[in-house]
Amino acid sequence: MPAQPLAPTPGNPASGHAPSGHTTSGHVTLGHVVPLGLYIAIFVTLLVLTGITTAVAFVDLGRWNTVVAMAIAVSKMALVILYFMHLRYSANLTRIVLLASFLWLSILISLTLSDFLTRHWTPNADGWGSPSAPASNSPSQP
Amino acid sequence: MPEAPLHAAAHATGPAPAYVTAAHAHQFDDPGQQHEAGNLGMWVFLATEVMFFGGLFAGYSIYRSLYLTAFEAGSRLLDVRLGATNTAVLIGSSLTMALAVRSAQLGRRKALVLFLLLTIALGSVFLGVKGYEYYHKFENHLVPGIDFIYDQPNAPQVELFLCFYFFMTALHAVHMIIGIGILATLAFMGWRGRFSPGYYSPVEASGLYWHFVDIVWIFLFPLLYLIGGRY
Repeated sequence: MPAQPLAPTPGNPASGHAPSGHTTSGHVTLGHVVPLGLYIAIFVTLLVLTGITTAVAFVDLGRWNTVVAMAIAVSKMALVILYFMHLRYSANLTRIVLLASFLWLSILISLTLSDFLTRHWTPNADGWGSPSAPASNSPSQP
Repeated sequence: MPEAPLHAAAHATGPAPAYVTAAHAHQFDDPGQQHEAGNLGMWVFLATEVMFFGGLFAGYSIYRSLYLTAFEAGSRLLDVRLGATNTAVLIGSSLTMALAVRSAQLGRRKALVLFLLLTIALGSVFLGVKGYEYYHKFENHLVPGIDFIYDQPNAPQVELFLCFYFFMTALHAVHMIIGIGILATLAFMGWRGRFSPGYYSPVEASGLYWHFVDIVWIFLFPLLYLIGGRY
């Protein structure tokens, strides 16, 4: 039997949500039921990616070590969000909320770093100390 | 609790789908709308959580860019095997959480309770390993501000790295402890038969929270344990 969309309520004929009935083995549920095999496949992929990122940490790739580690972390996050958190089957409004959270996080980090990473571009005025020394002055640098 | 009126059932034509028989609060048209509204609210909460952790990630980025050598040395003080093990454990708990939600969707009560208890067990294993790591740091005098002895170069900057390590992992662990409490409540409610294919929004929302905490660790693991040049 195909999924029955809900009858629209007279007061609100265009109820904003998508019809969300899914039939699985006689039951009708509110959300999309992801096949068991897909969950297992995502789980195995996440474990393999964890193994890869751990192994790569022991290989000297220079600056690319950080890039590879972050790329793998982002891939793992995408898998978790899309399948475990059902974003692939979610309403567009939910996706907008997720994009908004990424947007605010990127503002937080990029604006903060745009300050700290550019402080050494201009010399300090006379009499001003250097409370947060730029990278070139930092004692940890060669 | 007063009986909620079944508006949708009154307008449905033909045999009502199973979920229409589930009660929903009167401000919603039907259980489907209620379910989506609840999910959306949880995502909005998680967006605030992103900013909550985001402050620590921004601070970490700044000081890593300023004291790269010291942060790499600090990273090598952590046990990558324990970190990787915990990553696998947490990913496993995300799988069992997803399967718990699936069981609720399919109306499998015992499977729901079983997978929730498995998730709690895996989360507890994670916290146990984390506690062992903390214990190890105390034994080696690597606890910033309390007991810190380090005779290598850049000791203050390494101490700062360990500050980030403790604050970030502890905030993450607090989220795990709260999550375990929530899952225990869900397991009890599930055992009592409170959830059905027509009403499992609490399970789904708690699952979203649990997966979010998993994602935080997916980033903490490489940032703290891996990108320290272990070759």
